[in-house]
Amino acid sequence: MKIVKALASATILAACTFGSASAAELVVGFSQIGSESGWRAAETTLTKQQAEERGIDLKFADAQQKQENQIKAIRSFIAQGVNAILLAPVVATGWDEVLEEAKDAEIPVILLDRTVDASDNLYLTAVTSDLVHEGSVAGKWLVDTVAGKPCNVVELQGTTGSSPAIDRKKGFEQALSGNDNLKIVRSQTGDFTRTKGKEVMESFLKAEDGGKNICALYAHNDDMAVGAIQAIKEAGLKPGKDILVVSIDAVPDIFQAMAAGEANATVELTPNMAGPAFDALAAFLKDGKEPPKWIQTESKLYTQADDPMKVYEEKKGLGY
Amino acid sequence: MIPIMRAYAGRLLPQLIALTAIVIAISMVFPGFLNLQIQNGRLYGSMIDILNRGAPVVLLAIGMTVVIATKGIDLSVGAVMAICGAVAASLITSGHSLAETLLATLAVGIICGLWNGVLVAVLDIQPIIATLVLMVAGRGIAQLITEGTILTFNDPGLIFIGSGSFAGLPMPIVIWLVFSLIVALLVRRTALGMLVEAIGINRQASTLSGVLTPVLLVAAYVLSGLCAATAGIIAAADIRGADANNAGLWLELDAILAVVVGGTSLLGGRFSIAASVLGAVIIQAINTGILLSGFPPEFNLIIKAAIIIFILVLQSPRFRTGVSFLSIPKAAGKPTEREAK
Repeated sequence: MKIVKALASATILAACTFGSASAAELVVGFSQIGSESGWRAAETTLTKQQAEERGIDLKFADAQQKQENQIKAIRSFIAQGVNAILLAPVVATGWDEVLEEAKDAEIPVILLDRTVDASDNLYLTAVTSDLVHEGSVAGKWLVDTVAGKPCNVVELQGTTGSSPAIDRKKGFEQALSGNDNLKIVRSQTGDFTRTKGKEVMESFLKAEDGGKNICALYAHNDDMAVGAIQAIKEAGLKPGKDILVVSIDAVPDIFQAMAAGEANATVELTPNMAGPAFDALAAFLKDGKEPPKWIQTESKLYTQADDPMKVYEEKKGLGY
Repeated sequence: MIPIMRAYAGRLLPQLIALTAIVIAISMVFPGFLNLQIQNGRLYGSMIDILNRGAPVVLLAIGMTVVIATKGIDLSVGAVMAICGAVAASLITSGHSLAETLLATLAVGIICGLWNGVLVAVLDIQPIIATLVLMVAGRGIAQLITEGTILTFNDPGLIFIGSGSFAGLPMPIVIWLVFSLIVALLVRRTALGMLVEAIGINRQASTLSGVLTPVLLVAAYVLSGLCAATAGIIAAADIRGADANNAGLWLELDAILAVVVGGTSLLGGRFSIAASVLGAVIIQAINTGILLSGFPPEFNLIIKAAIIIFILVLQSPRFRTGVSFLSIPKAAGKPTEREAK
């Protein structure tokens, strides 16, 4: 315990000296994975916005989906003597050495939206969403909406074996358990893409009596839901009415669908991971308050009642 | 005429048997499979889904067949699909007319094909490496065009190509039927097909006997690029958006598989467009069948692999001679058509 305290105070000391030596403002390095998806582009935009709002000088490094680039970026941040490092790790393993180096240089590291397989004293905290919780928020919405009526659910899973697919399925099933009126009748992977979402939904509709047997669709991400909505329309049914549509992520396009009454609800995977991270960092640098090792971001539910067009306009410019 | 028909049927027999077996298997697992009805003025049913969803791979397989017949391979088709989808979406959203968009997109496909063809025919780089360049770079180019987002559009004309219908058939099916007919007639009603086969069997000998090898090689890759561009337009029109990360992802492998299932040798030489189209339809029938069967998704790839191994074994000359040796002793002495070549 003593050692931890000593370490912590040493970190603060170092931070203070760095802070006063360079300038009054904080310098934070951000190693981003790359531009693998619209969500990640939005995360980058929001991180830059959040840094600007707080007067933080953000040094941004795009790793183009390569761990070696991220390690290089972290080493260069250490060499530049930044006050803190934000890391969105591309993979979970292989970080121990470079995190040790950051620790030796007394630079706190905060993980964004993914975690690593390394001892948790190597980083200050991890800011991520709870994938299981996201699934259960979606499930709970459906349970409340159908209100005891019998309902056959079809599920579009994410890429088989990926952690969002496993956890979002688990959370949804947890929320449904004990409600015998809700039954998952079909569950297939749509690989998180629109094309596959549409193709798989087409086959669900054929397999379940032209869709008359289906009362709700749960998609592990919005893109698959958008594809599935088109399939439902082409089959001559009304998405959002004949078949309820609930999905996860809250990308702008689903809000357009919600505004048109074709989707019912989405659970937000917030791209604003940097906000809570900067708050924790500020508290830590100010009075040495160690944040918890895991900061869970909010999984907010949006429905048609939440003025989807307004949210769409807000989200449109974020680079999704 | 009848001997030609018989020769044709003989060539396509293994594929037709495989397709029939798969269709029977699916309708056993899912009884409503063969149902067809008219909805919104077009045919509607699982069989139509197979032909419709299979459109991109069928188109890629047509171009891939000709390239493979020259003893080449085109790994870039998936990436070219992504590029062309992105080009089409960005042109239509920036206010260009449908005709301009389509022409420009097809031109981009042709340029991609020219690039591959020049690398292979003029610079003499091995096809697998030459086309790997565009396979890797192409997706990046597509992402640059869409700026990493899914570029959506609402142009009714472009959407019609993906989900409209003509004479009761969804547009993608109409497009690939017409496309394959044109290409098949072009290579079989002229000497082009034979010249392509000659290049595949012995490029040097063909050049020495007066075949314009470089021109034909470039033309083969251009055709492949054109097919990929068409497939890219269909894929984008289908979801009303260009998804640079996922459009055409791994489809080059499905296209190669379709050609192989269609019985064309990867070593070049004899080829059949019709057989490759059947091969692509077989692959899509497997995909759709798995989706309809209701197995957990963890089994998808295993089932697909098992069926494909089975089809390839059926086609193996050794297996065939083995079977004919066991069943019809008198036929065993006669060389099969394949060996006679």
